[in-house]
Amino acid sequence: MKYINAIIDGIEVSVPEGMTIMQAGDSIGAHIPRLCYHPKLSTEGACRICVVEVEGWYKYLPACSTLLQEGMVIRTNTPELRQMRRDLVELLLDNHPRGCLTCIKDGNCELQNLSYKLGVRERLFAGKRKRYPIEKSSVAVIRDAEKCILCRQCVRVCSEIQGVHNLSQMFRGFNTVVTPAFLANMDDSVCIKCGQCINVCPTAAFIEQDSTEDVWQALSDPNKFVVVQTAPAVRVAIGEGWKMPIGTPCTGKMVTALRRLGFKAVFDTNFTADLTIVEEAYEFIERYKNNEKLPIITSCSPGWIKFLEHFYPELIPNASTCKSPMQMMSVLLKTYYAELKGIDPKDIYVVAVMPCVAKKFEAKRPEHYSENNYPWTDAVLTTRELIWMIKAYGIDFLNLPDEDFDQPLGYATGAGDIFGTTGGVMEATLRTAYEKLTGKSSDNLDYFDVRMAPGLKEASVMINGFVLNIAVANGLNNAKTILEKVKSGEKQYHIIEIMACPGGCVAGGGQPLVHPEDYVYPLDEEMIKLRQKALYSIDKDKIHRKAHDNPFIKKLYSDFLEYPGSPIAHKLLHTTYTPRIPRGIK
Amino acid sequence: MPNVMLNYDNLKRQLEPSSIDATTHNKTIIQIGSATCEIAAGSLQVRDEFVKLINASGRDDIIVKQTGCTGRCSQEPIVGVFLPEKMPVKYRKVTVDKVPLIFQEHVLNQHPVTQLMLDKKTDKLYNHVATVCTSQNCRDKDGNPWTYKFEEILHKKEIDPMEVRIVSGGCIGLCHEEHIVGQHGVVMIYPENLIYRFKSEEEIEEIVDLHFKNGKIVNRLLAHTDFITEEFFKFYGDVSFFNKQTRITLKNCGIIDPESLTDYIHAQGYEALARILYKNDPDFVINEIEKSGLRGRGGAGYPTGKKWRETKNSSNDPIKYVICNADEGDPGAFMDRSALEGDPFSIIEGMTIGAFAIGASKGFLYIRAEYPLAIARIENAIKKAREKNLLGKNILGSGFDFDLEIRLGAGAFVCGEETALIYSIEGKRGQPRIRPPYPSESGLWGHPTCINNVETWANVPVIMLYGADWYSRIGTTTSKGTKVFALAGNVVNTGLVEVPMGTTLKEVIYDIGGGIPEGKELKAIQIGGPSGGCIPKELINTPIDYESIKKIGSMMGSGGMIVLDSSDCMVATAKFFLEFTKDESCGKCTPCREGTVRMLEILEKITNGNGEMSDLDKLERLGNLMIKTSLCGLGSSAPNPVLSALRNFRKEFEIHIKDKRCPTQKCPNLTHYEIIPEKCTGCMVCARRCPVFCIEGAKQKPHFIIQDRCIKCGECFNVCKFDAIIKI
Amino acid sequence: MCTDIKYTLDSDILEYINECLTKEHPESYLIAVLHRIQEKYGFLSEIHMDEVAHLLGVPTANVYGVSTFYHFFRLKPRGKFAISICLGTACFVKGADSILAEFKKELGIDLGDTTIDGLFSIESSRCIGVCALAPVVTINDEVFSRVKPTQVGDILNLMKGKRSAEKIAENS
Repeated sequence: MKYINAIIDGIEVSVPEGMTIMQAGDSIGAHIPRLCYHPKLSTEGACRICVVEVEGWYKYLPACSTLLQEGMVIRTNTPELRQMRRDLVELLLDNHPRGCLTCIKDGNCELQNLSYKLGVRERLFAGKRKRYPIEKSSVAVIRDAEKCILCRQCVRVCSEIQGVHNLSQMFRGFNTVVTPAFLANMDDSVCIKCGQCINVCPTAAFIEQDSTEDVWQALSDPNKFVVVQTAPAVRVAIGEGWKMPIGTPCTGKMVTALRRLGFKAVFDTNFTADLTIVEEAYEFIERYKNNEKLPIITSCSPGWIKFLEHFYPELIPNASTCKSPMQMMSVLLKTYYAELKGIDPKDIYVVAVMPCVAKKFEAKRPEHYSENNYPWTDAVLTTRELIWMIKAYGIDFLNLPDEDFDQPLGYATGAGDIFGTTGGVMEATLRTAYEKLTGKSSDNLDYFDVRMAPGLKEASVMINGFVLNIAVANGLNNAKTILEKVKSGEKQYHIIEIMACPGGCVAGGGQPLVHPEDYVYPLDEEMIKLRQKALYSIDKDKIHRKAHDNPFIKKLYSDFLEYPGSPIAHKLLHTTYTPRIPRGIK
Repeated sequence: MPNVMLNYDNLKRQLEPSSIDATTHNKTIIQIGSATCEIAAGSLQVRDEFVKLINASGRDDIIVKQTGCTGRCSQEPIVGVFLPEKMPVKYRKVTVDKVPLIFQEHVLNQHPVTQLMLDKKTDKLYNHVATVCTSQNCRDKDGNPWTYKFEEILHKKEIDPMEVRIVSGGCIGLCHEEHIVGQHGVVMIYPENLIYRFKSEEEIEEIVDLHFKNGKIVNRLLAHTDFITEEFFKFYGDVSFFNKQTRITLKNCGIIDPESLTDYIHAQGYEALARILYKNDPDFVINEIEKSGLRGRGGAGYPTGKKWRETKNSSNDPIKYVICNADEGDPGAFMDRSALEGDPFSIIEGMTIGAFAIGASKGFLYIRAEYPLAIARIENAIKKAREKNLLGKNILGSGFDFDLEIRLGAGAFVCGEETALIYSIEGKRGQPRIRPPYPSESGLWGHPTCINNVETWANVPVIMLYGADWYSRIGTTTSKGTKVFALAGNVVNTGLVEVPMGTTLKEVIYDIGGGIPEGKELKAIQIGGPSGGCIPKELINTPIDYESIKKIGSMMGSGGMIVLDSSDCMVATAKFFLEFTKDESCGKCTPCREGTVRMLEILEKITNGNGEMSDLDKLERLGNLMIKTSLCGLGSSAPNPVLSALRNFRKEFEIHIKDKRCPTQKCPNLTHYEIIPEKCTGCMVCARRCPVFCIEGAKQKPHFIIQDRCIKCGECFNVCKFDAIIKI
Repeated sequence: MCTDIKYTLDSDILEYINECLTKEHPESYLIAVLHRIQEKYGFLSEIHMDEVAHLLGVPTANVYGVSTFYHFFRLKPRGKFAISICLGTACFVKGADSILAEFKKELGIDLGDTTIDGLFSIESSRCIGVCALAPVVTINDEVFSRVKPTQVGDILNLMKGKRSAEKIAENS
């Protein structure tokens, strides 16, 4: 490999050819300030904060996009550069609302961080600023264009990672604004509510619809029996809210905190993840036997499901009809559990804590209302919202004792635990499907082939002499690759697992924010791996690692659901999907 | 490729007779401009009127011909009447009602209507016009233009003043290589269309004696050459606006019918291409272009040959593209439109030559949608070129394939920036991207792409026809050839001007432009449009070339040249250009998107009378920020009009701020109206017309304006018959 | 994708789009297609933009991004007489702003708007390249040069006259 020698701030560097000035700087600890840069997205070069002085050049060059060249002499910190960076940040601030203290991103905002760090202490050029109303009609994603600094990270993540292309810059110059087509409301657009725009937004131009107020209200309502369920990925990320290392499992503390917040019972969504596996494995085996509607495609990720309805309506029959674990849990809480406890289901208020923004949308889908027209899930909180509620309540999270989930809907096998990562649903399905297809018990429970896919993984598994072609995709652009192959018939798959967010739910749109300030970018592979590994460690330590071995699942079937795929299971645990107008996107 | 020349000759032979030399076949030509500007001035109606009269007269030897625009905008529509063996006569501002007179007197009775002639100072006609080259190289031994010596000798020899008219002309590139200043001169004589080279006073005397006195040709001194602008000078050489110009890019504009491939080929069109394909050596072409010293005429002046070589050598990618940037968006610039409308084939030929040199087989013309006629002309030219195998597969039997496609712009100035233009052709928002990679490595759809503007492409066939050596003799050491400017603003002759590089601003404004009208004084020259700067009148002797213009804080730009006189406010002018760039900022990078708005706010503050001295520092600070950190050329040149005005006219800014006054009364919020009591008769007209009833006073008593209610509409000022209201 | 979608675009435009689809890089013809639609319908409607997006395989958001980026495209219907006032340098120097003000005053509408009767709309244009005849106003394809504020009323009356003449012709 060829090495390039250059001088950055007087330090000689020698780095492989093809590195940018920014990367070379990072490699020697010279962290050039930046704002629109994201290592996983195309290079924009628009904010200009990362400009540096290169000898021989009159103009300053953006470090993010200028390749290091032999003999370059670079200065990143001259007085003029410092002033110009300050002025650039001030220009952004001048066109930005001043309500930092009341902003949800206060303390979490990249613009604020930069402004402090670079020393913007006065406003020299303030004048008119753009005015847009907050677009908060959506049940999931709120758009606040006034706070947008036009870094285009949301546009890039929406198209380059998710392939949704819902967002674009509209108009030009000072009037540029990022919106869906025709300036439509988010809910009138093809937005799939994955929330990745929220994760990458340096400011608060995209945030989730706040459900905390509804939950506070319910908790203080003496007539409501408020229960909560938590998704697998929440427990391995919630600790980050208290600066615990990324990937620290905090299940016990989380359960304790929820009880202290006033929830009457705390259940584990992982339990219904087990249930999903049993139902889905049954569904797959039926389809496999009849050789129809294959491949079966997983349906737990509500962002993916909306994507399917918009862009691949012809593949709707292939999606598993199983409700997501969250919806299965909510349904059981208002049927099985209500009966068990003798509570009127109308008085039960189900809160779901999810790593996901699309779950807020899923909960409001008409398919997920009971016959008596109450929602199965009453409120969905993101991991971020829960962290805030715990802090607001004054709970010392770090010093909480560990407590266990409530039963009988609180015990999960390792299969349910790994639902929070890409490949997890597939692995859990294979553990059960193997035994159901072969009728034999298996000790080989680790399907490393499908674990922690970088985006896309394909594998073939031999079961009972038959080859099962499987594929795992996370990030919907990767899903497109597989789905196009399905459509063209290029490859025959049996099972496909799709999760909307890169890395799966652990990096979902509702998870704690990470900061480029701390050298961790949203979508960062190392960050995702740490959270994934935490899930696998939980799985590894479980006595039961196959969903169908879960004693509570067995009891649930014998007491209530009869058998997998039974009429009552079908009525309560399965759902339908609706083709949506593609609005011009293939 | 032995067949190429044969095919070209066959092509020439098959063509119809051209209209260009119709007069030599005893035909009378009535030539009418048909560019957008001419049509707007009513040339179509004029044409119809002539056609009607010709039909009525029953004459079949009169041809009506359309041409492109010569660039003489303020005098349009221009009509040329060319009788066999007579001096061509051009009429200005010909409206339908003047047509019968011209037709009857001149066309039928052969008496030119002198009072309607273009730039005619007298009502007499000369028998000969001698255009003497007065370029820097063509001087007598005292360093004076040869024109003086000619006048002297004519006087000495007692030639009738109406016999010969001496006019000064621009360089036509006829100079010898061994040319030494002070020993050489060139004169073109019309209507005979002869060129003499002379070395001394004695030889001038010889010309006068033999040619003018005895009507004999001085064979000894005859320059046996056809030179590039011959046709142009034949038709327009007697008009002072034109004869100081050097028409290379625009040589065919106003001469040929732009819709006629025949005309173009008769004007040596496609000869360069044929020769190049015959020679079949792409490197030769690139070498020639490099040697010629041609630089990009779009503004930045990047060496064209270098760009071509980089595109050719950039990768092994078999797909390469050439693009013609015809997204002429500078306010006040219309050079490209004239070239597209007046000589479309030359651009296509230039692109074909470029494509051959680079190895491209596909090209795009990116034309702004606001130019429908230019689009139609190019479409027609492409179609005709395809029909004659000058575009498409196996051009002229050479085995070289090349075709062109038109893509329309849609109103975005920033698309003149090459990466934005590429995005626009790709059907996307025209927002520039970071470079590198440069388009020569990765351009349209990721393939190596060479983008040049209209004027650059139009220079290519000429260079290849007459050679790099010839071309490089025109202009200065670092800037070769000519540059076309759109001369506008407060100057007598507005229009298109093509001058050799190195011509001074003064020559353009006074010798060609005719100076400042209404006896006002020159204040500044704005070159380069919204990317350029204001040049103060003190620097009027600056030669026009890339380096000199840059040195004085402006840039060549694509060719807008706006003359500002003493009545123009520099603050308002700077504000105008910034408003333009603010509207045209694509919004991608922070400094341009936010900076233009903040700078404009500060300028508005100043012109509204709220400025503070610290605002000037802020303008400079923001301006420097934009220059040094903007993503593309639009952002980094947008502050130029403001910063150059601030540098050269700081006093004027200070008066706006400190005295709350606009010296030129151009800023409405810094001016007000007052009634001079001594002059006011109390007629009450102003009071009645005031829309806000802020003028009071009794009948027949002096009136007064209540200033804080006045909206400064100026209505009172306009209606007062006694000059009693003044604007301060 | 639903295959039985009915398009509201006219058949000639659909034909043109189909022609584009046979070429290399069909999506690059987006701007050309939008030009045709505007030429035909006078402006770009949301439904048309969405159909183009669908047909060319370009995200609708991007189509709207393009339509709003380029000033040539109109997203609102134009008046029967589209008055366009050139605000280029030369016209500005020669007082185009007062011409614009006069039109606004006479019609009681702002720049970019259309009168309620749909007869007139006012827009500004950048230089149309006839600077020597400044200030210039174009109404549909007709060019009015060296316009003075006092002539604005006459120009509008002329247009209204044309409309009446047309109406009479229609009725007879």
